[in-house]
Amino acid sequence: MIRIENFVKAYGRVHALDGLSLNVEPGVVYGFLGPNGAGKTTTMRILSGLARPDNGRAWVLNQEITQSGSDIRSLIGVLPEEPAFYPWMTAREYLRDFIAPLYGITGQTAKKRSAEMLEKAGLTEAADRRLAGFSRGMRQRMGLAQALIHNPQVLLLDEPVSALDPAGRKEVLDLIEALRGSTTILLSTHILADVERVCDVVGIINKGRLILQDHRETLMARYASPLFEVEADNGLDNWPDRVKLLPVVENVSVSNHTARILVKNIKEAQKALLAFFVAEGIAVRRFEIIHPSLEDIFLRLIEKES
Amino acid sequence: MFRTLLAKEFREQWRTWKAVILLSIFLISGLISPVLAKYTPVLLRSIPGIPEALMAAIPEPTISDAIAQYIKNTSQFGILLIILLTMGVIAQEKERGTAAMLFTKPVRRSAVVLAKWITGVSVILVGLAIGGFGCLAYTAMLFEGLPLGTFIALNLLMAVYFTVYLSITLLASAVARSQSMAAVGAFGGLVVLLVLDSLPRIGDYTPGKLPGWGATLVLGGHTTAWAALGVSAVIIVAAVALACWQLEREEI
Repeated sequence: MIRIENFVKAYGRVHALDGLSLNVEPGVVYGFLGPNGAGKTTTMRILSGLARPDNGRAWVLNQEITQSGSDIRSLIGVLPEEPAFYPWMTAREYLRDFIAPLYGITGQTAKKRSAEMLEKAGLTEAADRRLAGFSRGMRQRMGLAQALIHNPQVLLLDEPVSALDPAGRKEVLDLIEALRGSTTILLSTHILADVERVCDVVGIINKGRLILQDHRETLMARYASPLFEVEADNGLDNWPDRVKLLPVVENVSVSNHTARILVKNIKEAQKALLAFFVAEGIAVRRFEIIHPSLEDIFLRLIEKES
Repeated sequence: MFRTLLAKEFREQWRTWKAVILLSIFLISGLISPVLAKYTPVLLRSIPGIPEALMAAIPEPTISDAIAQYIKNTSQFGILLIILLTMGVIAQEKERGTAAMLFTKPVRRSAVVLAKWITGVSVILVGLAIGGFGCLAYTAMLFEGLPLGTFIALNLLMAVYFTVYLSITLLASAVARSQSMAAVGAFGGLVVLLVLDSLPRIGDYTPGKLPGWGATLVLGGHTTAWAALGVSAVIIVAAVALACWQLEREEI
């Protein structure tokens, strides 16, 4: 559905994209992750037709967008990182009288569709207010409404929830989840918990290159090196140094009265650690197996790349 | 699609008061010009202690003074306002991010430029129609009736003259990434054209010749400025084409 081959893009001496290739299958929600300046927005801008790559090719809906003359904009929906609107228009006018007709949606259909989108975005009450008075969160929801008005087959969402409060974030993520299967979504974000929640496939980009792409579950399983979190009544007096000597333990880190013990084998470690605490007479208050979050995996990969 | 862009531009002109400002200024200028032509000599004569010789030298106002005032006032205010109200039309969209929103939709960027140009020309034409009607009415009241056909021709030539500045400002707005840079480009174009207008021989081929040709037509003269009209048309077409080309290739 979306295929990028060897995207290269430089701004002066800065290489925003340095041979980026990726593949997004139809109907999936693809989480596009990367630190600031990794090249996510540049990729989005190229895919949405706002910029051109210095090198490389890309296909969206089997059409090569990097070829001159191709235009797939009527089939995609785009939400830029900071959506901007005409301050003198109302939300309803913007959707009904401007955006919808640009996609060929007019008359009663435009009226109905814009009302639906305003409702989905939670903006019905603000529909007749001028966009100049919209908060950042409202603008982002409005941005999502305009991106969805024509039922696009492909959605490019650049940081769609970054400006939203927790309730707004939940609503938007629910909306994205509801589109799974029917719409292919490329979602760039730095909020890893959101990726963990809604994305089927995760691509991690750093310094303009894709360093990893896999199904979320596969990724979590592949990078899962189980951790134990331990809290004890007598705090962390000396025992973390001694537990480190166990053959099954790889590393121990201590923070906020909690010891995080990285182990080689979860089953063996479980027995060995419990035996250790009994032998040492440590009154364990909490003994919990922690699987690494996507955030842990992301940080580990980025650190490794750096 | 083009109709939607055009409707948006007209609505924007109205909602942001741009059209109202321009139309009001054209109307005021049209109304005030014959009045100024008629009563300036009267005001000058009423100044106490004015020497007899000077009083005798003040000419009786004529219809040509009314036309001259109309051309002078409308040109000066018109050009300034057209530049001020047009310089941001594309640059500001790029600066604010609304261009990035719009260009991800199935629209040709050159259609956006053309919609803005057509709106600008329409406002100029309506402004000149309103201002011209005011001038026509007051001139008839204070002097005598103006020949309608040639007065319309004068206003059409003025419209071409204004469209030259509109097109150059639109080009500056398409090239610039900010409104302030567009202002520099537009006022730069104005200065260049004003300098060229004042140059002997070259001035015969510049757009500045058009209002004078119009005045000659109204007053029954026979001087023409077809070359200036041709050059103006070339400037307009070139500026709009360049603005379209620039926006089509620009990364937003």
